[in-house]
Amino acid sequence: MREVAVVGFTQSPSVRREPDRNEVEVLIPVIHALREQTGLSSADFDFICSGSSDYLAGQSFAFVSGLDAVGAWPPVCESHVEMDGAWALYEAWVKIQMGYADVALVYGFGKPSMGDLPLTMALQLDPYSVMPLWPDAISIAGLQARHCLESGSMSERDMAERAVRDRAHAKDNVNAQVKGDFTVDGILADPYLANPLRKHDCAPISDGASAVILAAGDRASELCDRPAWIRGIEHVCEPMDLGVRDLGRSRSTEIAAEKAGVRSDKVDVAELSAPFTHQEILVERALGLGDSTTINPSGGALAGNPIMAVGLSRIGECATRIWSGGADRTVAHATSGPCLQQNLVCVLEGS
Amino acid sequence: MSDSREDSSEPVTVLRTPISLDYAYSAGQSASRFLRAIAEGKLLGQRCPVDGRVYFPSRGACPQHGVAFGEETVALPDKGTLVTFSVVRVPSENIPLDLPYVTANVLLDGSDTILMHVLDAKPEEVRMGMRVQAVWKPKEEWTTSTANIMYFRPIDEPDADYETYKEHI
Repeated sequence: MREVAVVGFTQSPSVRREPDRNEVEVLIPVIHALREQTGLSSADFDFICSGSSDYLAGQSFAFVSGLDAVGAWPPVCESHVEMDGAWALYEAWVKIQMGYADVALVYGFGKPSMGDLPLTMALQLDPYSVMPLWPDAISIAGLQARHCLESGSMSERDMAERAVRDRAHAKDNVNAQVKGDFTVDGILADPYLANPLRKHDCAPISDGASAVILAAGDRASELCDRPAWIRGIEHVCEPMDLGVRDLGRSRSTEIAAEKAGVRSDKVDVAELSAPFTHQEILVERALGLGDSTTINPSGGALAGNPIMAVGLSRIGECATRIWSGGADRTVAHATSGPCLQQNLVCVLEGS
Repeated sequence: MSDSREDSSEPVTVLRTPISLDYAYSAGQSASRFLRAIAEGKLLGQRCPVDGRVYFPSRGACPQHGVAFGEETVALPDKGTLVTFSVVRVPSENIPLDLPYVTANVLLDGSDTILMHVLDAKPEEVRMGMRVQAVWKPKEEWTTSTANIMYFRPIDEPDADYETYKEHI
């Protein structure tokens, strides 16, 4: 295996609505800032891979215009996934492993404010038996949360504690959308949004973009004083049918964590992109995280949720903590699909 | 389907699942500026800060160099050169011309990118290099839409030299 590291990361602030800028105009300053951060130009990228969703933009092939932010002439070697940018990063990592690239640019962007996100997400469901019922994403997550509560594996208080923790952490994150000092009792006094989920159990809807640069071997060491080396990366998908899955645990995260080697050493920092508090608990357990790990120092997805970029940003947030020396070993998590259907786990190390 | 609903032994062969989603689409800062200008009959392009090429319509960034265009705009005339064309013999919606009509790639004077539009001319008279000009809707019908230009038509000017547009075919 080639040694590959995250050597650059930039992100836009997560905001509820970008009123004027289109997706590309949100992305452009993010890519430009990344060029400045690393001193690289488009000619230095052997491979470019992006993650976005045409369903958010409401038009087909919307991702093509994203290349305006990169510059695509002379022709570039690029690819796109209709997934979170974390999966674009995985593709770029594979490309580097295969020897086709040494330096890769990865970005993700989304502007869900143009549509009704919980309903748009319904299109991910089984198109024959479930999707025609138009169950929105919050209601689907609510059913999963109800299952977790009824099985006795967690309480509403446990869930509220995650919201309090993440949004307190997010006070130090200039890019976070929801932050501040909340209390568990205060949250539990709020009305239900989709029983048993309260507003604070749900990640915000965010417009935003982020970008990462991967580099191999010596090239990574040239570009970064302390590269964040990818020592394990894996993604696993569960079946589409919600009825055949165990929704009370995240089996795919467990398998991905095992294959990525999460438990082979201590984890200083973990960044999770679970968009609901009960899912955050499921992911923490699946990764086997304990008290020695700082979870979501940036606030995670519950503080800022730029869909299609939020998972990639978790990898970036982990990398910045390696670069600064604040952490030696970190774990980033990204998810896709309803009720944590597909999960990606990435282990980053400083040495 | 309603006939077979009572008979559970009848297999379901067709399932209709209507899908529609509503969007509040934002054209973006650059395209919005272009559309507001065309509502006043003005055509705006933008200049790439790297190589000086003028892109029309204005857009957020140069797709070649990946650099943002910024605030500067370039006003373009509604005259230009037809660089390539095609004769259309099948009807389509929203085209205000009789069949057969001509679709044309027009290089507006001062622009470095082509505009695809329709041409009001006899197909046998259309040729590359022909000089053309926009025919606008009546001013009171102008909106923030490129449809303010109904079509282009030939004008009485000598054909452009091939060298001036050969890059844009």
